[in-house]
Amino acid sequence: MTYTQIGIGVVLATIAVDLLVLRTRLVTRKGFWVAYAIVLFFQLLTNGVLTWLQVFRYSDTVIVGSQPDAGPPPFIGNGRIAFQPFEDLMMGFSLCLLAMALWVFWGRRGVQRTPMSGPPIWRRSGSRAAAGTPGADPSGPGNGQSPT
Amino acid sequence: MERLTYLGVLLFIFVGSAWLEIALRTRVLRRWKRLLLALAVPFTLFVIWDVWAIVTGHWSIDPDRTVGIEMFGIIPIEELIFFVVVPLASILSLEAVRAVKGWPLGDEAPAPAADGRAP
Repeated sequence: MTYTQIGIGVVLATIAVDLLVLRTRLVTRKGFWVAYAIVLFFQLLTNGVLTWLQVFRYSDTVIVGSQPDAGPPPFIGNGRIAFQPFEDLMMGFSLCLLAMALWVFWGRRGVQRTPMSGPPIWRRSGSRAAAGTPGADPSGPGNGQSPT
Repeated sequence: MERLTYLGVLLFIFVGSAWLEIALRTRVLRRWKRLLLALAVPFTLFVIWDVWAIVTGHWSIDPDRTVGIEMFGIIPIEELIFFVVVPLASILSLEAVRAVKGWPLGDEAPAPAADGRAP
């Protein structure tokens, strides 16, 4: 099996885990996609540096593109995006979706559901009413106390 | 210095995401038990994939740009750090978005009935 085939399979498997096994359904949530967009930007940047410097080299036979014999791969083209094989983007997506889905899964099971995130330090605490119970705080009563 | 290339990029990823814990109060590192539970499965699966891919020859890692510590004689220590630091950064990003926007992710506590606000 090629990296391309494995990458596609792992992306589909991870989405299935999110939707059907953990039932976290992160791929249906706006918050996930905005977070992934941030992750993707930094993957293109950091993995781009590593592939441009050829810290990672790939076998010609397992990716859509090819690995130049000498010198860095193209910035775009030959199956590459920001120097990296596009297959790397599939691996990155799967790795991050799986970790984020498990994070939400364990929170939903009651493992350290609280203290919830936020607010940012530039906002006064308590100004965000969206998530969590009113008045919830790290040591307060409520839902963080009964794992499972 | 060249041997610190990969490790340096990992440090950038860690520092570039860990500041969210303070500035946005993501409270991910503070909830370390939940974090370890979330990281254990992807770490294990992706390290197995990585070892297999290196042994099979799908990809290789430049020994001149890693510090030279290899686990099982195959996988550079940087790769193991990668599969901790990168998923951690993604969870920090997820909580950072929630801290700023307040969009629910499905793990919020159900509203208590006595509160008068039905879920």
